[in-house]
Amino acid sequence: MAKEEAGNGFNIHPMDQFEIKSLFGDGPIHWYSFTNATLWMGLAILAVILLLVVGTRKRAIIPTRTQSIAEMAYGFVYKMIEDVAGKEGLKFFPYIFTLFIFVLVSNFLGLLPMSFTTTSHIAVTACLAMGVFLTVTIYGFYKNGMKFLGLFWVSSAPLALRPILAIIELISYFVRPVSHSIRLAGNVMAGHAVIKVFAGFAGALGIWAALPIISITAVYGLEVLVAGIQAYVFTILTCVYLNDALHPSH
Amino acid sequence: MADTTTGTASGAESAPGMPQLDFSTFPNQIFWLFVTLVVLYLILSRVALPRIATVLAERQGAIQRDLDKAEEMKRAAVNAENVYNQALAEARAHAGDIVNEAKSEIQKDLDKAIVKADSEIASKAAESEKAIGEIRNSAIKSIQEVANSTAADIVKAMMPGTSDAKTIKAAVAARMKG
Repeated sequence: MAKEEAGNGFNIHPMDQFEIKSLFGDGPIHWYSFTNATLWMGLAILAVILLLVVGTRKRAIIPTRTQSIAEMAYGFVYKMIEDVAGKEGLKFFPYIFTLFIFVLVSNFLGLLPMSFTTTSHIAVTACLAMGVFLTVTIYGFYKNGMKFLGLFWVSSAPLALRPILAIIELISYFVRPVSHSIRLAGNVMAGHAVIKVFAGFAGALGIWAALPIISITAVYGLEVLVAGIQAYVFTILTCVYLNDALHPSH
Repeated sequence: MADTTTGTASGAESAPGMPQLDFSTFPNQIFWLFVTLVVLYLILSRVALPRIATVLAERQGAIQRDLDKAEEMKRAAVNAENVYNQALAEARAHAGDIVNEAKSEIQKDLDKAIVKADSEIASKAAESEKAIGEIRNSAIKSIQEVANSTAADIVKAMMPGTSDAKTIKAAVAARMKG
């Protein structure tokens, strides 16, 4: 939220926007404190309600524009799960849709000036990714029993290579939640930081501020793209991991 | 964890570090994220997603219904055409029958009339023949009588006293036959 600084010189604090602040009172941040993160998560819920509940309240056969967007989001995620993880994956449709819509709406809300981007925080994305990781792992064992370990035993490779591959597969499996979460948080954070850096230049350059402002515009366009793409990537990776749990054999 | 200082919120001399790595804010974020996800999940799975699913299914149903209806109407149209063609063929056949019937009736009447006319003509011819025969007979009789009387007169004039009427009559009859 700290965009108020437009001081003299290169007084740039690109990371200030990611600070978590208590909105009521100055005290330490407890787990229950109402912070800017809380506010923007709440706004994300509100946006989702507006789009998916209020937007579809008429249940029109011929949809309004909002209802059309809601239906497109529904169809998009539904088809993605069906294509990547198969019909059995549709059990997880509400869960995956929740992740998708949360990441998407948070990313877009974060692009509003003066806003706070919840998905730029590794704590948030790591929790989302760990949730996926645990869901997939537990469900994989629940559904396939020990056969789930076949995921690490590449039966199409030569026998001598299999133990080595198993180790690599195992490592890559446990790296998944890390890459899953850092990819999202990193992309979002980097874009916002770049915009903030350019904004800092603009404050110091006087007439030449036009250059960074044009750059901001360009980067902002890119960020809109990234916001959508990262939500998509997060969701499709969830589907890919889910597919491993459903069909562990290589 | 909650006791640690807030993430150096105050302005200019803020630490260059990343607020993302300020672990003192993690419990707060994770707690509210959990709340958010649960609320979102409940809203989506209870209200939004079933509703959208219903709308999509209904739309699919409506489209299917309309297509079915169109198909049915098309079928009805084809049926109606068939019925019409059949009725037309029937009517044609019926008209042919009527024409044939009328023809045969006329033929029958005609035949009857011809037969009647034939018989009438025949009876009239017979009558005429009879009349002609009668006339002829009477003519022959008259001629015979005239011949008889003439012969008798001739015989009387040629050889008086030998007037035998019977002989003269037989002679005349023999002559007339010859």
